[in-house]
Amino acid sequence: MKKHKLRNLILIFITILAVNLLTACQNNAKKVTIVGSSAMQLLAEQAGNDYRLSHPDSNIVVQGGGSGTGLSQVQAGAVQIGTSDVFAQTQKGIDAKKLKDYLIAVVGIVPIVNKDVGIKNLSQVQLAQIFTGKVTNWKQLGGKNIPITVINRSKGSGTRSTFESLILKNQKPIKAQEQDSNGTVRRIVSSTPGAISYISFPYASDKNIQKLSIDHIAPTNKNITTNRWQLWSYEHMYTKGKPNAATKSFIDYMLASKVQKDLVPKLGYLSINDMKIYRNSKNQVVSLSKE
Amino acid sequence: MDNKEDLKKVVDQALAEQKVPHVKLKKIGAQKADVDKLTQPSKETRQEYWGKGLTYSAILLIIILVASIIGFIAVHGLATFTQNHVNVWHFLSSTDWDPGEGKNHVGALAMIVTSFAVTLLAAIVATPFAISVALFMTEYSSKKGSRFLQSVIELLVGIPSVVYGFLGLSIIVPFIRSVFGGTGFGILSATLVLFVMVLPTITSLTVDALKAVPNHYRQASAALGATHWQTIYKVVLRVATPRILTAVIFGMARAFGEALAVQMVIGNAVLMPYNLVSPAATLTSQLTSQMGNTVMGTLPNNALWSLALLLLIMALFFNFLVRLIGRKGQK
Repeated sequence: MKKHKLRNLILIFITILAVNLLTACQNNAKKVTIVGSSAMQLLAEQAGNDYRLSHPDSNIVVQGGGSGTGLSQVQAGAVQIGTSDVFAQTQKGIDAKKLKDYLIAVVGIVPIVNKDVGIKNLSQVQLAQIFTGKVTNWKQLGGKNIPITVINRSKGSGTRSTFESLILKNQKPIKAQEQDSNGTVRRIVSSTPGAISYISFPYASDKNIQKLSIDHIAPTNKNITTNRWQLWSYEHMYTKGKPNAATKSFIDYMLASKVQKDLVPKLGYLSINDMKIYRNSKNQVVSLSKE
Repeated sequence: MDNKEDLKKVVDQALAEQKVPHVKLKKIGAQKADVDKLTQPSKETRQEYWGKGLTYSAILLIIILVASIIGFIAVHGLATFTQNHVNVWHFLSSTDWDPGEGKNHVGALAMIVTSFAVTLLAAIVATPFAISVALFMTEYSSKKGSRFLQSVIELLVGIPSVVYGFLGLSIIVPFIRSVFGGTGFGILSATLVLFVMVLPTITSLTVDALKAVPNHYRQASAALGATHWQTIYKVVLRVATPRILTAVIFGMARAFGEALAVQMVIGNAVLMPYNLVSPAATLTSQLTSQMGNTVMGTLPNNALWSLALLLLIMALFFNFLVRLIGRKGQK
């Protein structure tokens, strides 16, 4: 009897595997896998949940992994949608011509410092001096006598690429400690005297951190729409060439008013429809108001 | 045909000579004995084949798996040197880590030094504690107490590394910050987290080492008039030394390979560590924090594979060390 049990178990196991494989193949046509930036992961996941209610036969799978992973996976054809915080053109090893870009949302980035520093505004040049290591004490910038502790974001992350291209203008940043999540950065800055870093808008609400204005322009959503506040980035969805029907349908859903007016602001992002300007991968700005 | 006749003869003979009746043959009857069936492999033989085949195919699968993992890491790790033409010596001796900038900025020395520093420090801090706990469990405590301690240690092994990292981030880092200033991230925090993580590994292996010391050594020592403590440090520890060293190396291997918990508390700055509380980065922490941001096939990605290759080589080296010490211990 025992022997039969074992054999039966193995048989059942193999059957389950086979059935799974078969169903997986059937679903493949409608399966949309989204991989990439962690900022987009949250948005796509929540949108995917709502999408499933109206499209019961859809199969949306959302994964993180980072912008680089998203771009290389979609280029390799391993996933249907690759998400990224940066333009594909700025990534080495990615052939942007093969990818189709969909701008989904906009997110602002704001420099933050510890409350004790006593500074509320810096010029762009001063910020660059801090992050290139030319200024090392807050005293030199009119603050208290506290040494500056720079907290960087992970090399190659979307937030850092945006910050460095817009603020440092391609000067070489100093090597400092790196943290890869907004939450950790906020915690460190709020508890470390003299710390400075930068995080995305949705995370910048903490009593112990001070958001900085740059050149006396306040970090608000309204200022982003006109590019007065320049420190922001697009959230992209990339497909390889023309997307298939299921993929296209989901991207359309992301761009429709339900997601754009409801979910996007709820998560602290800006709707792509609110933007009055367009900024290309080389940071050249075009006004959209004439259209 | 001859063969069949022969076999029938043998069967008949066996039936005639049997002292204990052969159940199967009796049931079938000598006349009806189906020679074809009897000459075929029996059910038991087929089971034998089945069992053998199962184990062999499992082994084959594992071998293929191991070989392909090593092959994959080697191919990608070596691409840094073959395709991107990074100088191997430069890779090992430069502290300038910025692979996005080109092939002259791929130096892993800072991470190698940090990895070894946290590993060695964690082992140095943990070993005395581990040996003391193991001695208590084998020499002093009652059976009940030692069983209780054993389960506590097993519990410590079972806690996921991310939980250790989280505890380190919420308790150790702020503590270091308030005592030494700075951000609190650095080698010291990593060492303290790793200390808790490798302690159970070293302890349980040391317990095994001490238990393996034959009891008559202790009795002989006692008979010579040695006290319990004298017996421990003059006899038991000396005999168990090779296996205790093995335990320490296993602990170091764990510390060297730990990624997540270390990444959370070390600060991830690829800088040559100049003191214990300045942020640094280990090979593993750099891998985990960077892998999502690089594009497959580019230099930054290949450079990460080279770090992985380095970790693999170190793992082999630790294994080799364990073997070497084990062989010396046997002599």
